[in-house]
Amino acid sequence: MDKNTLLSISIGDLFLKHPYTKDFFIDHLIPFEGHENYSITKLFEVIDEEVIEDKAINIELFINNILEYIELMSSYFVSEKVVENKVSIFPGTYKDGTPENFEMIEINKGEIISIVGPTGSGKSRLLADIEWAANADTPTKRKVLINGRVLEPHERFSASNKLVAQLSQNMNFVMDLTVEEFLVLHATSRMVEDIDDMVNKIFIKANELAGEGFSKDTPITELSGGQSRALMIADTAILSKSPIILIDEIENAGIDRKKALELLVTEEKIVLMSTHDPILALMGDKRIIINNGGIEKIMDTTPEERNILTELESLDDTMMKMRNKLRYGKKLTFKEDL
Amino acid sequence: MDLITVSGPPSSGKTAVLMKTITNFLDRGIKVGVVKFDCLFTDDDIYFEKLGIPVRKGLSGSLCPDHYFVSNIEEVVQWGIEQKVDLLITESAGLCNRCSPYIKNIKAVCVIDNLSGINTPKKIGPMLKSADIVVITKGDIVSQAEREVYTMKVQSVNPKAIIMHVNGLNGQGAFELSTLIYDETKNITTLEGEKLRYPMPAALCSYCLGETRIGKDHQMGNVRKINLSGKNG
Repeated sequence: MDKNTLLSISIGDLFLKHPYTKDFFIDHLIPFEGHENYSITKLFEVIDEEVIEDKAINIELFINNILEYIELMSSYFVSEKVVENKVSIFPGTYKDGTPENFEMIEINKGEIISIVGPTGSGKSRLLADIEWAANADTPTKRKVLINGRVLEPHERFSASNKLVAQLSQNMNFVMDLTVEEFLVLHATSRMVEDIDDMVNKIFIKANELAGEGFSKDTPITELSGGQSRALMIADTAILSKSPIILIDEIENAGIDRKKALELLVTEEKIVLMSTHDPILALMGDKRIIINNGGIEKIMDTTPEERNILTELESLDDTMMKMRNKLRYGKKLTFKEDL
Repeated sequence: MDLITVSGPPSSGKTAVLMKTITNFLDRGIKVGVVKFDCLFTDDDIYFEKLGIPVRKGLSGSLCPDHYFVSNIEEVVQWGIEQKVDLLITESAGLCNRCSPYIKNIKAVCVIDNLSGINTPKKIGPMLKSADIVVITKGDIVSQAEREVYTMKVQSVNPKAIIMHVNGLNGQGAFELSTLIYDETKNITTLEGEKLRYPMPAALCSYCLGETRIGKDHQMGNVRKINLSGKNG
């Protein structure tokens, strides 16, 4: 829509054509009620000078911004962006400036990569390089290509098409909403068409992942750690547009970690997971080892390690069973429990 | 010398974000100076000093902090030039959410945090709506979904701005921010004759002049009464 059209059509017609513009008027505190048959130009002629000052309305800024907003929102509807299905990382340097010793790391959609290394070794910097699609312009000098190409500046800054979604250990819900209200809000902000269907889908998945079920009218701030994480993962997997998910540990309580990762993979996400836990580390297809700020090596999970993982999982299972027995006032015995 | 103005609600993380960003500038050999504006108290200058950069602070005391800012900005610019910095950063708190100290043609950065509530973007006036770059902080402690929703809310009040997530604690995103805010080709020598992006609220009433007594008899000048009879006070 060009500026002249915007200024001359009636506000009512504008709302019909681009329904989201109504919220834009409301958010900018523009008093349009009762003037829907006016054009924007006429509206600003009739609004009292004092009201304009009171509501801190900047007419020129408002008009430019609404044009920008319409363009932005239209771009959402035109096409879902081409799905990213490959991330390639080219070497940079360690903290001390020595070059990293690998040729290239390629990560495809549906793949899980674990990132291991001591605390402070540079895991966060690697995740940041990917998030920013580094082009030899970050402290590590690494280069990250998405689908084989360098991202344009506007793609790097785009707030709505963010490449990366993040799930970290100390994340909490802070909104005062129930599970259902929260999911509706998120789905609405993502312009989902069938909101009820989407909300149900996520709700059911989250309950499958959570050790203990929860209802739709539970306030999100009252969910347990495991339930919160389950809801966050289900929501991110299904509703987040970002093709790459960065995970910083998934704690070993109240959530089925294997199912959670499977969900992310079936939703065709690229999963990078930084962890200290051997079970999570071995769930990856590959693992990246980081030390002194640099990528030391990339290893495939061997068949033998996969067998070890099975053992570890059964140990983990034993622990879980004991935990549950203790929680319900039962005694543990060598014979039954080990 | 380039100049940027940074503002944002109290405790949104302005200083933490700036500290991490300035460290990135210093690593690249860019000389930075900071002037911190506040109302009653700040010891942020001590933090900035630890980075070994020239710092000044200005406390507005009994004056409106944003009026104080704009009354002093030219002197601040001259100070920056004397200090021979490449980039001068002013930091100020938007105390009433209505004001903004942004100047036309000078890069404006607004810092807000994810914890401040979903309707906050709507409540903040020109400080958020006319910023060039919006930095959102504290993203590490809220869920991905809330971050996305919050970003959308910010975008809906300021669709033009570049919206960035920066973690003030570990500095994630600070390097990236540093590449966006500094323009080495800019050579500001004075702000004489430049204009604010938006007028500051007008107020000249008896309380501006030090009146402490309450009641109609003591009120003069620009006074407005709350409307308690209807719902939309």
